[in-house]
Amino acid sequence: MTIAVTAHETIEHLDRAALSRDEIAARIARDIPAGSFVNLGIGQPTTVADHLDAGSGVVLHTENGMLGMGPAAHGDDVDPDLTNAGKVPVTELPGASYFHHADSFAMMRGGHLDVCVLGAFQVSEHGDLANWHTGAEDAIPAVGGAMDLAIGAKDVFVMMSLFAKDGGSKIVPTCTYPLTGLACVSRVYTEHAILLVGATGVTVVETFGISVDELQARMDVGLRRLEG
Amino acid sequence: MTLVVDTALEAVAGIEDGATVLIGGFGMAGMPVALIDALIEQGAGDLEIVSNNAGNGDTGLAALLAAGRVRKMVCSFPRQSDSYVFDELYRSGRIELEVVPQGNLAERMRAAGAGIGAFFCPTGVGTPLAEGKEQRTIDGRDYVLELPIKGDVALIGAHAADPAGNLVYRKTARNFGPVMATAATTTIVQVSSLVELGGLDPESVVTPGIYVDRVVRVGQEDS
Repeated sequence: MTIAVTAHETIEHLDRAALSRDEIAARIARDIPAGSFVNLGIGQPTTVADHLDAGSGVVLHTENGMLGMGPAAHGDDVDPDLTNAGKVPVTELPGASYFHHADSFAMMRGGHLDVCVLGAFQVSEHGDLANWHTGAEDAIPAVGGAMDLAIGAKDVFVMMSLFAKDGGSKIVPTCTYPLTGLACVSRVYTEHAILLVGATGVTVVETFGISVDELQARMDVGLRRLEG
Repeated sequence: MTLVVDTALEAVAGIEDGATVLIGGFGMAGMPVALIDALIEQGAGDLEIVSNNAGNGDTGLAALLAAGRVRKMVCSFPRQSDSYVFDELYRSGRIELEVVPQGNLAERMRAAGAGIGAFFCPTGVGTPLAEGKEQRTIDGRDYVLELPIKGDVALIGAHAADPAGNLVYRKTARNFGPVMATAATTTIVQVSSLVELGGLDPESVVTPGIYVDRVVRVGQEDS
């Protein structure tokens, strides 16, 4: 992890509901330092772009070969030669650049990308990531650029719901789904809490509509509080 | 020496059964659909196809799959909302699949084109995709040994070419094209614009003609 947490102690927001997906995206956008080079994963992480301040100087990278990606294209702006990693037509911003796939992934592995935001099936308390394969026998495995991003970006933020449909926590002592990367995630943004993961386990930065003690009762991993 | 040919069918002449064919494109962006259609007509089968995806909808790579010409797919992301042709072949056991992380797919082809025998890469360490591969710790970090992917043929799409085979691309349609062009014995390119010798700014050429064997212009655009 390279981006420092600004809060000095854990904050429990008990007077409000859990964060909506849009509010989670806005929180992630707020925590990305100005001027960062950022890759947003397919799906929910893409919505973080809608909350980035135009004056922040954040430059978006898309692994299919572009820096300076702009918003989704509509109408006459749609160009089949210009898409994001999810194959959605996008636009280019002034200062954009194009490059081939080997260069695009060299940027990740070479440590030039500051932040990536990915979805996840599970994250371990030490930051292992599982987000490419459920392991189900009839599932067709598809990894895309997830493994390269996971080990490449300086900070890997995960955006996900904290609890699975069966009620179990998706932050686990050890991932049971096939891994995407080892000890790569630094933060997890969920509707109920923002958490740090890593060598010292799970630390709660903020909670929303629930207390740390209530969260702890629903999770199999130990939760620490930020200490000033 | 680059040969400029008149038709896509001429461009794909000589591709043999059992060949490994690198096919450019990321989804449909940069996919050389005319060359793939010509390959279907040309008739080669039992192919090993290396491409980022495993076909979208019914055209391009999906049509080649549907024609039953592909023995094995090597790709990073076969599963998409419109990859139903591949899905059906895979679920019925009629095609092999090797899933490769996207950056490794690109770098393994780059290695093939650059004469690199193998490379140690941090991607995939500790995951199922590294199982059975040699690992080494270098300066405290763990790496997996990855081998080159070389093609007998590469089929790629570019924006413009000159008669020397120099290529420029458009926007994110560049994607795998420049890497695949280096990694195959025979590189075949479809372009939408063919310009005269000297018509491309040498400073802007992305793929130098040394990598390009055959060029065909498709579509309506004139140079």
